[in-house]
Amino acid sequence: MDVPMLWLKEYTDVTADIKQFIEDITLTGSKVEGYTTIGGDIENVVTGQIKKIVKHPDADKLVITTVDVGKQRELQIVTGATNLKEGDYVPVALDNSKIANGVEIHSGSLRGILSEGMLCSIQELGFDLHDFPEACENGIYVFPEAVELGKNVIDVWGIKDDVVEFEITSNRPDCFSVLGIAREAAATYQIPFHYPKIEVQQKAGGNASDYISVEIKNPQLCPRYAARVVKNVKIEPSPLWMRKRLRAAGVRPINNIVDITNYVMIEMGQPMHAFDIDCIAERKIIVRNANDGEQITTLDGNVRNLDSSMLVISDPQKAVAVAGVMGGENSKINENAEAILFESATFHGSNIRVTAKKLGLRTDASSKYEKGLDPNIALEAVNRAAQLVEMLGAGEVVEGVVDCYPNKRESWTLSYSPEKINKLLGTNVSEQQMKEIFERIELKVDEKNHTVVVPTFRPDLEAQADLAEEVARFYGYDKIEPTLAAGTPTVGKRSRSQIITAMVKQNMISSGLCEAMTFSFESPKVFDKLNIAKDSNLRKTVTISNPLGEDYSIMRTTTLNAILTSLATNYNRRNESAGLFEIAKVYLPKAVPVVELPDEISTLTIGMYGNMDFYDIKGIVEKMFEVLGMSEKVEYATEKTIAHMHTGRTASICVEGKQFGYVGELHPQIASNYDIGTKVYIAVINMPEVIAYADLVKEYKALPKFPAVTRDIAMVVSEDVTVKQIENVIKQNAGQYLESVKLFDVYQGKQIGKGLKSVAYSITFRAADKTLVEQDVTEAMKQILEHLSSQLQAQLRDK
Amino acid sequence: MKQKLKEIHNKALTTLSEIKQMKELEEAKVKLLGKKGELTAVLKEMGKLSKEERPVIGQLANEVRQDIEKKLEEAKKHILAVEQQIKLEAEKIDVTMPGRKCECGHKHPMSIVIDEISDIFIGMGYEIAEGPDVEKDYYNFEALNIPKDHPAKDEQDTFYVNGDILLRTQTSPVQVRVMEKGKLPIRVVCPGTVYRSDEVDATHSPVFHQLEGLVVDKGITMGDLKGALAVFAKELFGENVKVRFRPHHFPFTEPSAEMDVTCFACGGKGCRVCKGEGYIELLGCGMVHPKVLKMSGIDPEEYSGFAFGMGLERVAMQRYGITDLRLLFENDVKFLKQF
Repeated sequence: MDVPMLWLKEYTDVTADIKQFIEDITLTGSKVEGYTTIGGDIENVVTGQIKKIVKHPDADKLVITTVDVGKQRELQIVTGATNLKEGDYVPVALDNSKIANGVEIHSGSLRGILSEGMLCSIQELGFDLHDFPEACENGIYVFPEAVELGKNVIDVWGIKDDVVEFEITSNRPDCFSVLGIAREAAATYQIPFHYPKIEVQQKAGGNASDYISVEIKNPQLCPRYAARVVKNVKIEPSPLWMRKRLRAAGVRPINNIVDITNYVMIEMGQPMHAFDIDCIAERKIIVRNANDGEQITTLDGNVRNLDSSMLVISDPQKAVAVAGVMGGENSKINENAEAILFESATFHGSNIRVTAKKLGLRTDASSKYEKGLDPNIALEAVNRAAQLVEMLGAGEVVEGVVDCYPNKRESWTLSYSPEKINKLLGTNVSEQQMKEIFERIELKVDEKNHTVVVPTFRPDLEAQADLAEEVARFYGYDKIEPTLAAGTPTVGKRSRSQIITAMVKQNMISSGLCEAMTFSFESPKVFDKLNIAKDSNLRKTVTISNPLGEDYSIMRTTTLNAILTSLATNYNRRNESAGLFEIAKVYLPKAVPVVELPDEISTLTIGMYGNMDFYDIKGIVEKMFEVLGMSEKVEYATEKTIAHMHTGRTASICVEGKQFGYVGELHPQIASNYDIGTKVYIAVINMPEVIAYADLVKEYKALPKFPAVTRDIAMVVSEDVTVKQIENVIKQNAGQYLESVKLFDVYQGKQIGKGLKSVAYSITFRAADKTLVEQDVTEAMKQILEHLSSQLQAQLRDK
Repeated sequence: MKQKLKEIHNKALTTLSEIKQMKELEEAKVKLLGKKGELTAVLKEMGKLSKEERPVIGQLANEVRQDIEKKLEEAKKHILAVEQQIKLEAEKIDVTMPGRKCECGHKHPMSIVIDEISDIFIGMGYEIAEGPDVEKDYYNFEALNIPKDHPAKDEQDTFYVNGDILLRTQTSPVQVRVMEKGKLPIRVVCPGTVYRSDEVDATHSPVFHQLEGLVVDKGITMGDLKGALAVFAKELFGENVKVRFRPHHFPFTEPSAEMDVTCFACGGKGCRVCKGEGYIELLGCGMVHPKVLKMSGIDPEEYSGFAFGMGLERVAMQRYGITDLRLLFENDVKFLKQF
């Protein structure tokens, strides 16, 4: 909402300078977005009179003027304009001046002739013909009458004004008007507020109801429809004062009738519309729902398809306007209109909003209506319009108002307790002070009974808490003493799952990975890209009904696409290596179509490429489980069933026989689908199992008192035997003194033979209560070797 | 003989003082003290001495021997120290070459901000609450006093799954879920992902993060709201930051306010970053609306509370000087490694 200060000051005498005003009114709750000064960018442009015009010796299209700008010396200015004659008064941009859009003007030479400035057109000063209808369309602006020379043109026109842009919150429809803001300003400064005096002389006599009748078919969507009739309309530009105000408020002046409707809308917040009365069949206005499939051509020339949810203004034959949005071309006022009808109606806010949205046609009127207007201003507004018609001599107002207002909105009474208001705010505002604040915003206060009567333009005041806010904002939010909540003490902490999640993150970071953050929705195309089976449950998704586009249309059921897309970005930008992780949710519907909230499963995803192999990423995963005290419980096994993973280089991650993740190399085809030309390593781990099985309890074990004995063995086995099988055999047969089994070499090559591999271990024994003797260890090793040989056909290698 | 010993002694001291290398030292030792050495040769002649002279000369010879041994030892130490020093010099390296670093990963800047803010509130006695991203219309709107036809419910802002289920547009529904549990008093903050139907550009993202706070207890005042948030702002932005509360409107709080903090760039003088205002808008807050308390089963006559909510991307972007929001979601390691 743009509010010109000169306009506002007509209703309340604000004396603070603009910056102070902005700060003061912001602190009482009318938020200012910024302000501009009209003509503020024009500097050093003054009135001048042309004394002489001579031809330019070297340019046919230029002339040399001699201009008097009220100084001792006359200036020589070269111009290309053809609309000038000697004696004309014109705007002159002097040397070192600024015109519109920050353009600077300096003295210079034009085809060899010194030009000490520039004569300006209205456009060069940032205005147009709507602002100055008397201006020449393609030429220098010429003042219609003599002006004092050497004066700043902005001052001569009297258009300098500060325009303040307010952000109006949805609870204050009354503030979408100059009057509404003026009322707030008056309350802010505790100064009088002058509501405009509205008087209509109605010289045309007669009676409006003889000209027009109004019927509201749907009073819920149209609580009020007030109309006045104006005869003998004379359409012409409105006077400069009105044009200046409209212009300042950001509305382009058109003609007196249109300007009056806009003026009233800006001043009072009530949109108006003017119809040519001869275009209304039977002179009967019917406010009704549109028919499905009904069409209307709106004033902007577009055909609009309507449906039965929309409200139209109609006559017995046809719709003449989309209610609250835009008038129809069929009833637009033409030059010869004999009589016009001014509509000042109230429509249901959200209905107008939905209609405007459906039609893709959000207008000044609809954006006012959608906040929900007070029906009680409709009558004042139509009278104000009539008053302006008379003031401008735009026509003769017929007596009377056709006012259809079936259910009058009445003011209401709220009770309040000064004590409770103070208790909520933490203040000590006196009863008297509260009363004064309420009266400032036009509430009627009954001090004895602690009640107020709320004017109908303040629908936001519904209960005591709302009154508390009124007290707070005029008492001053800044005067409320900050305190630290006493109340019952509480302990601040993170939950177990939050602590474990943080540990996982910290662990990923210490393993050299960077944390990623991705969108939770993606394209359904990712399933094909990831080669996920057609009948997979992952393809059952929570689908957004109004997405930004297909690419953002489903809530992800796998985190893979996001991490691969991020890796692809890195690869594409030639980052040599990248290691990313993300802890994010997947959204698994309980059923499709979705009728209840989906399961949201927190998932750890790791994605890496670069100088590395499977065992690097597995090491990261193992380290994490170690830190979480659950590595003993976690088991890895060959996993060949995940279609998007390398079938020979992927391990399932299980706990108590239940799989909760996998780690391995991405299938090269999938890497290629993402345009990643190198091996990609992936781990996906469900966080709920991590949180359930993590064991953060630490227990001290006595440090060993007796020495350990270590034996190294190397064996040759079939390449299909896994180290896990070997370790199981060792652990099962090593006896009570086994301390650790450590793999230190795996070798495949010529010396071993095809289909075989050599595996070497360090096996450490230790007893807690004695020094082991040779026999203890030899016996254990014998058992181990025998079983390796019998169960896995292992052959001991000579060292 | 006495004279001879003295000569040997003096000569030895001179020799030792001139020796620079270990090999010379070894040679000198043999020459002085060895079996064929000078001192030994003198001692061999002891038998020729008288009974009276013998102990005197013997003692002197011993003293000379001990002193030479001592000096030999000293010379050895000195030579060793010199030799070691030479060796150290020979081992010199270019210490300006870079060290070997254990490659460490990096937290996402958003996580840094979320964790830091969460920790501030944990220190003030708050717990961290969580709630679902895919949320019921009831929790996201209705229970927050946003009635059916409120403009905020308009499709242009909200992603819907169906009429009743949507992607939360704010973290505020977590407030309702916490209140519904009925465990009082409440002090929680809830950071989380929220969704709004905005096209992706340098300052907009359909997915972003908010942090919500809620305190409900007996006798909570607007002064308490101001106090808590002022402490928070000082913790986050430093001791010198000033806060300003302006009246505003939110359906779920009454009275409502917006809190501004003095501009981090100019400290409140007014600059390009704060558009000359000196202040930057940080969060929305207010006293929990009695209707909201009531709908969640809390008696507004007995309890009161305050709530606040803030966008976190802006905090991160301002803190790190990030000018394009899209960088936060691209995950380029060149970007992530800067934090």
